[in-house]
Amino acid sequence: MVAAPEAPAMGASLPDTFPRLLLQHARVRGDRPAMREKDLGIWQSWNWAQVADEVAAMACGLAELGFKRGDRLAIIGDNRPRLYWAMCAAQTLGGIPVPLYQDAVAQEMVFVLQDADIKIAIVEDQEQVDKLLEVRDQCPALQHILYDEPRGLRHYTQTFLHGLDEVLAMGRIHNKNQPDFIDQEIALGKTDDVSVILYTSGTTGKPKGVCQSHHAFIAAARGGIEVDRLVADGNILSYLPMAWVGDHLFSYAQAMVAGFTVNCPESGETVMIDMREIGPSYYFAPPRVFENLLTQVMIRMEDAGHIKRSMFHFFMAVAKRCGAEILDGKPVGFKDGLLYALGNLLVFGPLRNVLGMSRIRVAYTAGAAIGPDLFKFYRSIGVNLKQFYGQTETCAAVCLQPDSQIKFDSVGPPMPNVEVKIAASGEILVNGPMLLKEYYKRPDATAESIDADGYFHTGDAGFFDNDGHLKIIDRAKDVGKLAGGAMFAPNYLENKLKFFPHIKEAVCFGHDRDMVCAFINIDIGAVGNWAERRGIAYAGYTDLTAKPEVYSLIQECIEQVNADLAADAMVADTQVHRFLILHKELDPDDDELTRTRKVRRGFVAEKYAVLVEALYTGKTSQFIETLVRFEDGRTGNVSADLQIRELKTFAKGAA
Amino acid sequence: MARQIGDVILDLKNISLRFGGVKALTDISFDVREHEIRAIIGPNGAGKSSMLNVINGVYRPQEGEIIFRGEHRHDMDTHMAAAAGIARTFQNIALFKGMTVIDNLMAGRNLKMKCNFIQHALWWGPAKREELAHRAKVESVIDFLEIEHIRKTPVGRLPYGLQKRVELARALAAEPEILLLDEPMAGMNVEEKQDMCRFILDVNDQMGTTIVLIEHDMGVVMDISDRVVVLDYGKKIGDGVPDEVKNNPDVITAYLGAQH
Repeated sequence: MVAAPEAPAMGASLPDTFPRLLLQHARVRGDRPAMREKDLGIWQSWNWAQVADEVAAMACGLAELGFKRGDRLAIIGDNRPRLYWAMCAAQTLGGIPVPLYQDAVAQEMVFVLQDADIKIAIVEDQEQVDKLLEVRDQCPALQHILYDEPRGLRHYTQTFLHGLDEVLAMGRIHNKNQPDFIDQEIALGKTDDVSVILYTSGTTGKPKGVCQSHHAFIAAARGGIEVDRLVADGNILSYLPMAWVGDHLFSYAQAMVAGFTVNCPESGETVMIDMREIGPSYYFAPPRVFENLLTQVMIRMEDAGHIKRSMFHFFMAVAKRCGAEILDGKPVGFKDGLLYALGNLLVFGPLRNVLGMSRIRVAYTAGAAIGPDLFKFYRSIGVNLKQFYGQTETCAAVCLQPDSQIKFDSVGPPMPNVEVKIAASGEILVNGPMLLKEYYKRPDATAESIDADGYFHTGDAGFFDNDGHLKIIDRAKDVGKLAGGAMFAPNYLENKLKFFPHIKEAVCFGHDRDMVCAFINIDIGAVGNWAERRGIAYAGYTDLTAKPEVYSLIQECIEQVNADLAADAMVADTQVHRFLILHKELDPDDDELTRTRKVRRGFVAEKYAVLVEALYTGKTSQFIETLVRFEDGRTGNVSADLQIRELKTFAKGAA
Repeated sequence: MARQIGDVILDLKNISLRFGGVKALTDISFDVREHEIRAIIGPNGAGKSSMLNVINGVYRPQEGEIIFRGEHRHDMDTHMAAAAGIARTFQNIALFKGMTVIDNLMAGRNLKMKCNFIQHALWWGPAKREELAHRAKVESVIDFLEIEHIRKTPVGRLPYGLQKRVELARALAAEPEILLLDEPMAGMNVEEKQDMCRFILDVNDQMGTTIVLIEHDMGVVMDISDRVVVLDYGKKIGDGVPDEVKNNPDVITAYLGAQH
């Protein structure tokens, strides 16, 4: 075997396209596992040499079907090895893979199929084939559909439908007859060629196809590998949609660059079981998943015997005190260090094992705000959980928290070779090698989002804290200004408030006003429980919200947030000055929340205009009567005399 | 449809079954063809489950003849039925609740195991090879019915709908030629029913298994069966393709209890 090829430096001699990376791995570590999939209960693996063979055969098969340089190949399905290989096969021929979200209904797929002029689609199974057949008439460019799993497709007689097995067989013959073909095609590839088109979700308007080059994704992958020192003997469990930029970065680009092993779970439902069996060294999950895992652990601990439970609580207290510091390599007291080591043996180690996180070197989360307690829990039991920031247009690689500099409310400093600056409006602008080449067939959108200096406009607002870590606060369009000129990011404040279990929902006001005031919704479960334990009697939701004790409880929470805000010069002016607790829960049935439970701030401000007025005119209470709609469609009235309280605020830089 | 319905594989002639003075089945004749889905329907107490019990030998009819694969018999015997490739599921789930899904399915292959008790206890040589081969078959059933995620879960901990699916899996593990399903969709919600329908059709289509099923959900029965036989108070009142049965006045009367 030749010496290890990964010099950390990005020398010119390193492979600069994905097919060349694959060839290099096949040459240098051909017998090492590249991919695993659980089939019929047994993990099957393919080494790099086998993967290179399969990809070559698939590329030849695609060529036989008429797939040429620049053509687009749709890939639709769960994370399956052969679908990942299809990406590389398309790239080998100089074509462009376009992964689609597998759970989209047929009509949603039409737009992408048409927009990208898909010529050939490789799909997972009958379900996806059926969808494509349904919309085939609307996609004249689509010539062939290839499927991985033949089950249920025996009776399909369409001539444009092929099993991947027969295409591979065809490709192998082609490869035997023209052994130079693949090498020539790979040699023709350029690092600036578009390597993949990923479609943005299109919450605003039509989805846009983001064209990323080999160069961009390889650069993004190298950045992450450098920061987290990922190595070839690592393992990743690939279970997130292939059409999502994060999966393309972790399971494709980084795996190809670093050479670690990609593991495909048996099915969507077996992910947790597969995770335990594989013990990945590298893991990504959205905050919601980490939260569910924690809840499961807590429930099971409550059911455990007395000895186990008290052991758990004792050592979790130790972990809370010093776990995160130990993970960061900071010094801790001798006694704490000893106790933590014991806890690691008795509690944390077994717990990580149950979670499938025994071998985790680094775990990532992103996509939503993560609560500090949740974040600290995982770090304190020794799981190196981190956050990153990026979007489809930047290969998901803008900022990443480096080891030992972890903060739950920032996303870390910019990654190597990435430049981030904050526009006057507070918008985050990004430049670097991982930027998109263009939006597919949308020069207007490209011109709109990349400015003359080459900076990409993210549409997010944020700022750098004192350590140079980027804090994301809101979508730029939601950010307002206080009358005094300070930036006001309602979402940022509301998220901070909502991290308290007692606060279910918060609505902050302040745009064009001289101070920030807030409506609070209490969490009836958490506050009700709290009240019961203190013997506070209450008659129902409205009654509970009016209790002075509850007001004091919420006041404490908000004042903690104020103290926290004061420490940060950028947001110190947006401390909450006055608040009230709403007498009813904000509800989608009353149009106060969207169906995805996001506050419709404008509507709430309008509906409760008298309350907003009362907050800003210095009143100490305000009477309100509200129409509510019950689940069965009837309506009724809720009225209450709401108190308004002043809050303690802190001097800038204090606390 | 490429599935070819073949010749008569099971023919029941003039079956009568009595428990003391109670006539459970009276002079019932019908046949089942290879690869078809044959439904038995009827109101409560019509004798549907008794009919299945006659087919796989749990009950021995007083009169009548059963012709299975050309062989004439007066009655079936449970062991013989199982050995001949007749597997079934039960109205009230009959699984080993304390055992995992895998173990239940392996139990379903019991009849196909050749090694003796001692060899299996030592798990050596041929016994080990045999178990591996059977496990592979069981795994393919697990894959087919999409129950990978509960492979190692004790059956008792599973929700009802999944237990039903495991029971189907256990029957399939025996690689039957005829599969008797006793109310496979009872107590399921719409989505679970749809899944179950799909599995039954897939089994029938891909494995070519002949299926005899009892079901109360008329929508399901009319959708998936090739032919339907209707029983009422132990007598046959209708037999034919779903459309025929649907328009049969006797059947309408039996179900709605009124003249139309």
